[in-house]
Amino acid sequence: MGQTLAQKVYESHVVRRTAGEPDLLYIDLHLVHEVTSPQAFDGLRAAGRTVRRPDLTMATEDHNVPTLDILSPIADPVSRAQVDALRRNTAEFGIRLAPMGDRDQGIVHVIGPQLGLTQPGMTIVCGDSHTSTHGAFGALAFGIGTSEVEHVLATQTLPQYPARQMAVTVDGELPAGVSAKDVILAVIAQIGTGGGQGHVIEYRGSAIEALSMEARMTICNMSIEAGARAGLIAPDQTTFDFLQGRPHAPQGADWDAAVAHWSTLRTDPDAVFDREVHIDAASLTPYVTWGTNPGQGLPIGASVPDPAQIADENERQAAESALAYMGLTAGTPLREIEVDTVFLGSCTNGRIEDLRVAAALLAGKHVDAGTRMLVVPGSVAVKQQAEAEGLDRVFIDAGAEWRGAGCSMCLGMNPDQLTPGERSASTSNRNFQGRQGKGGRTHLVSPAVAAATALTGRLTAPADLEMAGV
Amino acid sequence: MDAFTTHTGTAAPLRRSNVDTDQIIPAEYLKRITRTGFEDGLFVAWRTNEPDFVLNQPQYAGASILVAGPDFGTGSSREHANWALLDGGFRVVISPRFADIFRNNSTKAGLLTVVLPEADVEALWAAVEADPALPVTVDLQAEQVTHGDVTVPFQIDPYTRWRLLEGLDDVGLTERHLEDITAFEAQRPAWLPRSLPAQPAHPA
Repeated sequence: MGQTLAQKVYESHVVRRTAGEPDLLYIDLHLVHEVTSPQAFDGLRAAGRTVRRPDLTMATEDHNVPTLDILSPIADPVSRAQVDALRRNTAEFGIRLAPMGDRDQGIVHVIGPQLGLTQPGMTIVCGDSHTSTHGAFGALAFGIGTSEVEHVLATQTLPQYPARQMAVTVDGELPAGVSAKDVILAVIAQIGTGGGQGHVIEYRGSAIEALSMEARMTICNMSIEAGARAGLIAPDQTTFDFLQGRPHAPQGADWDAAVAHWSTLRTDPDAVFDREVHIDAASLTPYVTWGTNPGQGLPIGASVPDPAQIADENERQAAESALAYMGLTAGTPLREIEVDTVFLGSCTNGRIEDLRVAAALLAGKHVDAGTRMLVVPGSVAVKQQAEAEGLDRVFIDAGAEWRGAGCSMCLGMNPDQLTPGERSASTSNRNFQGRQGKGGRTHLVSPAVAAATALTGRLTAPADLEMAGV
Repeated sequence: MDAFTTHTGTAAPLRRSNVDTDQIIPAEYLKRITRTGFEDGLFVAWRTNEPDFVLNQPQYAGASILVAGPDFGTGSSREHANWALLDGGFRVVISPRFADIFRNNSTKAGLLTVVLPEADVEALWAAVEADPALPVTVDLQAEQVTHGDVTVPFQIDPYTRWRLLEGLDDVGLTERHLEDITAFEAQRPAWLPRSLPAQPAHPA
């Protein structure tokens, strides 16, 4: 029987296999940030251990960093202490760090691909569940906890069991205004937040093959929201074109050898998936979430669901509590939901293409008077690229705030937060209670829906703008 | 990590599904650089905003076993969630289904996760709601949960069970195989990327 892409990558990294024990898996790249690493470094020190492969490790500052006034010390002393701890730890153990102000700094899942450190066929881990992002390159990439961060720092390996295999096939052509974000929100709505549990998801089909690398990263990023630790896409010419010339991509004869290997990284025709999901791209419309988990999403033309109509008791209770938290009434058309804040950014949608899509909709127009819009590039390099293209002027002229790079309003760890009761349309990945700030209410959307929503002040698809006369 | 063999305590019925790690402990508590002392962040939003929340009820104040609905621990990979549960006095979480990363982190932190079918979880909820003082025993050696005259089996992979029973540290176990790791490294392709030294972009 043939192997899936994920099985090929996994099997080629098994250091040791013994019956009755987990496999020992080699890790090609370990990405580190300030939040999930300090206790791991303390563990190393307490045991007198060193970092086995600093040259396969890369650190950045992202979760805690302010997006305004980034060259001053962080005002919050607790955040500052955590960032300082990372600086001390990386200096002590010889790990490269891209600190605030550095041109390589940014969200950990934006900088890996941007530097060319993320390549097909690799195993990549980070103490962050959105590590699945790197699967867009055909890498096996997954989030780990702090104990595992310590394990990888010490040994460059992890004990692992092979995952089950799931295929999500998206065939056909996406309608105009429908993006990768809508695809993944539709997938999660269909299989649920636990649907991918125990599985690696391979996204395939003609609609996936037609996507840019940025769009593929958006899809793989949210695999964890469907319960799958990893999601990946077979590398192809789009992948190779993205990588060529990047700082850490191979060059010359090495490039040729790498491409020859990468071209073998495809699921065999006779490989068998444990579960298969099919989605017709042409049937998709922009998706938005109405609840407090990413599986609670619907096409934007739908209305807030009535919990009484939900048969499954757990889901009904979850819907009831979600509506109470979100301050929504069953039956309200999603398009009538008014938002206070629009957030464009995060490791899901903070890349250059996301900014371009939003800027194209905002150009020459103005954000709704009662709405604020934050635009936060995923990295310093994305920020510089956007400024070179004049996108910053488009956002500023439209009345949006143009910020420095970081995780920003995706999670309440830095100054960019919602206040209690404040409602956002957000291009991030999680609409959990309080995720964007205590009491904040989050609707997950694509960059295009975010921009259209900013213009009208209520959840809006790009196609609605003309009708609304905006 | 403390060894886990068997544990008897009272149980708190958390009748919620999809309890994500942001609910277990919000991000603002993750700024700390210690490994303990996270009990103040445990379910803090629900404890603050919902007077009837199960852990606000005095009869469940001393519970050391949390019984939750399906998809417990979804979302962020923060091991702080596992630490907060331990710091809050919990040794065991029972649910019909756990998120992968949460479950994996639990095995490293010494928090036992037990998967039981929904019907068994429902029965356990009913039992501890009827009698909050009911002793519940989770026996890892025997792989069973007992409450009153009910005993239900659970499954756990034998290796993880052994590690938990012995309280063994994974890094120490892996270090027994350093020769294998070195041998593996010797045959990795030379073109694989290294983060050091930093490289400039090169012409395509």
